[in-house]
Amino acid sequence: MVTVAHYLVLAAILFSLSVAGIFINRKNLILLLMCIELMLLAVNFNFIAFSRMLGDTLGQVFVFFILTVAAAEAAIGLAILVVLFRNTQSINVDELDSLKG
Amino acid sequence: MIDYSLAAPEIFLTAAICVVLMVDAFLRAEQRRWTYTLSMLALVGTAICSALFGVDERLTTFTGSYVADPAGDVLKLFAYLIVALVFLYSRDYLEENGLFKGEFFVLGLLGLLGVMIIISGNNLLVLYLGLEVQSLSLYALIALNRESARSAESAMKYFVLGAIASGTLLYGISLLYGMTGTIELGPLAAQLAEPGGLNVPTVLALAFIVVGVAFKFGAVPFHMWIPDVYQGAPTPVALYVGSAPKIAAFALAWRVLVDGLGPLHVSWSDMLIVLCVLSLVIGNLLAIVQSNFKRMLGYSTISHVGFILMGFIAGTEDGIRFAMFYTIAYVLMATAAFGMILMLSRKGFEAENLEDFKGLNARSPWFAAVMLLIMFSMTGVPPLIGFYAKLVVLNSLLEVGLVWLAALGVVFAVIGAFYYLRVVWYMYFNEPVETAPLAPATDLRVAISANGLLLLALGIFPGALLNLVARVL
Repeated sequence: MVTVAHYLVLAAILFSLSVAGIFINRKNLILLLMCIELMLLAVNFNFIAFSRMLGDTLGQVFVFFILTVAAAEAAIGLAILVVLFRNTQSINVDELDSLKG
Repeated sequence: MIDYSLAAPEIFLTAAICVVLMVDAFLRAEQRRWTYTLSMLALVGTAICSALFGVDERLTTFTGSYVADPAGDVLKLFAYLIVALVFLYSRDYLEENGLFKGEFFVLGLLGLLGVMIIISGNNLLVLYLGLEVQSLSLYALIALNRESARSAESAMKYFVLGAIASGTLLYGISLLYGMTGTIELGPLAAQLAEPGGLNVPTVLALAFIVVGVAFKFGAVPFHMWIPDVYQGAPTPVALYVGSAPKIAAFALAWRVLVDGLGPLHVSWSDMLIVLCVLSLVIGNLLAIVQSNFKRMLGYSTISHVGFILMGFIAGTEDGIRFAMFYTIAYVLMATAAFGMILMLSRKGFEAENLEDFKGLNARSPWFAAVMLLIMFSMTGVPPLIGFYAKLVVLNSLLEVGLVWLAALGVVFAVIGAFYYLRVVWYMYFNEPVETAPLAPATDLRVAISANGLLLLALGIFPGALLNLVARVL
């Protein structure tokens, strides 16, 4: 029997994976953008599970908004990535170090 | 029955943004000033809407997801003023550096729309959407200068960290929704106030939400983006990032933590104390070693955020009021400081290093005096507004018995004096490297002088602003 707790654990694992991915990955910015998407999808899992548990549609409505925002966010992220690549010829995370002090 | 009039300023501004965007698409490069004029008119129109449809009491609409209250109206009117100042200060700099594009104004207005939605959000979904409207505009604005690698790098850093912050905030919201079954702030507070409201999952959700809010404020340890963005973004954008979004950060903390999670004050005030202490220490100490003025202002922001958080830590009605007072005072100071950088910069020359302020007194005694007022106000020297702002938040801490935190605040305010006064020293006791006289446009000259003098006027008569804040909040 699959219960709400199972979904919550799955969402927590996905969330942790995405955070770990963002901080461990030092090579590729595109991977970083994928981790950000994964993070939002983990949250969606939570909302759907709670929505089903509470018998309330609000959580599902919330998910639609998150999906829309995630799409907009990915678009802007990729646009910035293109600008960055044009200027530095690299999408390596380690090379993003010109600003410090 | 939905009362649309409560959201009239937002509706007007959205329509106005569409008009500005369309008109801008048909303008030739040399007619670009029209975009500027139209954006200013949009701000004036929005302010008129706010004045016409202002409320005397707290009213909600859109089935409780949207709130209009006098404090929100005051914050919104102040945000319009600040964005208008940002556009005015930026205009000549943008023209000289080939960045005078319609995007700056359209995205600036969209960011303002996000700020307004956060101020009026009465449920967690609306607050989240407002936050995203504001953040997405900022990400794009920071990358405005497509030829600059620094600009793109800071945009990327801000984007990644901002996305993590909104992800964390959302995770907290989802847990809170699961625990209480509601995302509306009023019912949420009612549920949490019941016995058993304070349990482990709720505190976990609270921790995630505090992280999201702290990121928007730029409190340590979620501050990494601030210095990079201030230094990397084109100066007009840094001015924008440093001003209006701070009002939104205050509003977000006020709505979410006080209105929604008020019953959990015991838990979140402890978290905020940690953030506050770290911000004071790291912000002030790292600001001392900076040679880049914009980066120094970034670290100074972080230390000021520590003071704003003090009002929330106190958690009393007065504490929140004083946090709002401090936010307004700080935003006025930051706007003026960045305005001065923009005024000293010319084509191909960025007055972003501390050395560029050398001998400003010899070049222009009046603007040196204005800069002196700004720096003294940031330090907290009486009788400027920065002094009263610090005084009242520290006082609210004493009232709840947090004497040690107030003492720490005073100590770090004194340490902070070092790097602000160093700028004054450069201006008055050094020979100018650059001898060209300053020749800013008349409206710019008047606006920045008024901005500086306002710091003095509000410092001499702090009662005016304090009474206003006390009456509305």
